[in-house]
Amino acid sequence: MDFQDSPEEAEFRAEANAFLSKHLQPKDGNSIRERGDDYLQRAKDWQKVKAEGGFAQITWPKEIGGRGGSPMQQVIWNQEESQFDAPTGPFAIGLGMCVPTVIAFGSDEHKKRFVGPALLGEEIWCQLFSEPSAGSDVAGLKTKAVKDGDDWVINGQKVWTTGAQFSDYGIVLTRTDPDVPKHKGLTMFIIDMKQEGVEVRPIHQASGGREFNEVYFTDVRIPDSDRLGDPGMGWKVALVTLMNERLAVGGSPGPDWKEIMDYARDAGSMGDAAFRQKLADWYVAAQGYKLTKFRTQTALSKGETPGPENSIGKIITANHLQDICNSAIEMQDHYGLITDKDKAPAEAIFQQSFMWAPGLRIAGGTDEILKNIIAERVLGLPQDVRVDKDKPFSAF
Amino acid sequence: MNFDFSDDQKFLREEARKFLSAQCTTKEVREVLDDEEMSHHAGVWQKIVEMGWLGAAIPEEYGGLGLGMLEMCVIAEELGRALAPVPFGSSAFFFAEAIKLAGSEEQKKTLLPGVADGSIVGCIAASEGPGVVDTGHINATFKDGAISGAKVPVTDGDIATHAVVLVKEGSGQSLVVVELNGDGVARNSLGTIEPTRSHAEIKFDGAKAERLGDAGQGMPLYDQILNRAAVLLAFEQLGGASVCLDMANDYAKERVAFGRPIGGNQAIKHKLADMYVKNEVARSNCYYGAWALSTDASELPEAAAAARVAASEAYWFASKENIQTHGGMGFTWEVDCHLYYRRAKLLAVQAGGPAVWKEKLVSALEAKND
Repeated sequence: MDFQDSPEEAEFRAEANAFLSKHLQPKDGNSIRERGDDYLQRAKDWQKVKAEGGFAQITWPKEIGGRGGSPMQQVIWNQEESQFDAPTGPFAIGLGMCVPTVIAFGSDEHKKRFVGPALLGEEIWCQLFSEPSAGSDVAGLKTKAVKDGDDWVINGQKVWTTGAQFSDYGIVLTRTDPDVPKHKGLTMFIIDMKQEGVEVRPIHQASGGREFNEVYFTDVRIPDSDRLGDPGMGWKVALVTLMNERLAVGGSPGPDWKEIMDYARDAGSMGDAAFRQKLADWYVAAQGYKLTKFRTQTALSKGETPGPENSIGKIITANHLQDICNSAIEMQDHYGLITDKDKAPAEAIFQQSFMWAPGLRIAGGTDEILKNIIAERVLGLPQDVRVDKDKPFSAF
Repeated sequence: MNFDFSDDQKFLREEARKFLSAQCTTKEVREVLDDEEMSHHAGVWQKIVEMGWLGAAIPEEYGGLGLGMLEMCVIAEELGRALAPVPFGSSAFFFAEAIKLAGSEEQKKTLLPGVADGSIVGCIAASEGPGVVDTGHINATFKDGAISGAKVPVTDGDIATHAVVLVKEGSGQSLVVVELNGDGVARNSLGTIEPTRSHAEIKFDGAKAERLGDAGQGMPLYDQILNRAAVLLAFEQLGGASVCLDMANDYAKERVAFGRPIGGNQAIKHKLADMYVKNEVARSNCYYGAWALSTDASELPEAAAAARVAASEAYWFASKENIQTHGGMGFTWEVDCHLYYRRAKLLAVQAGGPAVWKEKLVSALEAKND
């Protein structure tokens, strides 16, 4: 048992680190850097440098511009890149979820047209699945696609679309046959986000920010050649996208036991016995999450398929974050309400994350859906009752 | 990155599981439970002694197998799964580790071979009454080579031949080794919530004792012994918690209510998912404890405490919710659920309860970040 890289892994880590050091600044402590107006352009520039250096999408085959590397190398790259001030946000969904779906189900023309520009950071993608009435039960979506000659005509509304405001393309899941059970009447398309009839409106989130969007489609035309998979096979295509989502989600989303301990020391609160007991629980949970990832990496490093233990990740981190921020605010008592960065301790990071945490418990699978997934896929328990399972979608 | 047991260690785990599932089922555990006269299962104990596991982490020069702490962690997990009704932990995790850590060459030579071959059964005696073991609660006294006072409860205290005892010496504390079959030692068995592991009150009245480690070093040595034993106990807890999840999961699939298995209801599914998450958090923290223990890492205090906190929480949650999942059946004497509920509590409060270990953990983090 050890935490050392194998010689090959160490060599790759050194290579990655040298490349990163040449092009980026190391992260400045724990502070979350302001993204600023130039963030998108910086992200595009970095993606280009990364792709030309051979570090974009490490596990993708060389033929399509990847490195042909191992999952372990991707893990090492992610670890090293996270030590630097690397603007990667705008590409996570496209390269992590959308473009892999295009590669799996698109034509040769699609791959030639889309993969290169995405890798080089020239084009950004978004994923258009969730709708106002279809969140956890996304297969219940209503956005319609109707065949008209060689085109499909799309009408409807998507919601919670990350990055839609600056995306060039998206993959959109639509209902093409309402008269069959909900999972069987769906079809996936590539959509040009800049065309007429696509309207993007930012959502004013409970946290105050506007990172996500609603997207409205009014008589949007998509050529049949931009269909991904057969008509009615959209759910199968979507599962490939979502499988990639689970690999993409993760990482520490905000202040952790260390930050609240630092604050408690500054505030002279380390003598509070109740706080000390909670601090121990947070450490154990944070370690549990981090060390479980190490177990997954060990499996990858040995060339094995990781077990299901990684499925515990977001349930832990999201609840953990909410709990820590809540306690930090309560420790500050009345003063804990203040969000002004020059007045609030730790530049108001606890207050900011307090308002962000509820979203984290919902995005990418709610706590409840993730527990269902563990219960059904890991523990093999029966599926929930699904009264609409075998009935036509139009019956509801 | 190699954060896992080796193939050899996994093979040992399989062999241990095979052995215990044949030789130490809940039938044997229940023999001890149902017979007030039985302090432990002598038949199972004899077979475990013959396996040589007691000496897994004792160097060959002292009569052990000289394998290592990782192997002992593997064995501990399997003993926890099997609810082994034997004084293994007292002898191997506490007593042998205490001698290895603080014993003189002479003490190691005299005592460790006996632990390894089962002729010595060791235990540790610290508690003297309700509340946390700390300097204010140690009244048993060592003076002129003899101890007087009482220790209660002592896990496996009525089976053991030897005890490491935490005592007052002058104005400080020391550890001493006492032979329990000698003069000046009186032992009474105690009733506890966990009858498959025996407990005693031991009264010392001028019993001959020899110091273990230096005079006045009792508390720091006791802490170091606990850090080592804590990792092993955590693996034992992890083993029990894993069985509870398996039991609850199996039952949830076969028990039908309202026309379908109860495991199809989210209240049960989410409960079992919570168990799974806690067990995985415990497993990962236990592995880290195993690494720290096996490498004598400076991280051992926080790693041991985190393993202990996580495993105590996981076993408590899994054992109580396993009963709940079984409904009325789970509250019968005949169904095994209560065996784990009992053992979970013993293992959680032996060597300091969760609150004690959370405090140790935070103290270690503070020391690190000074």
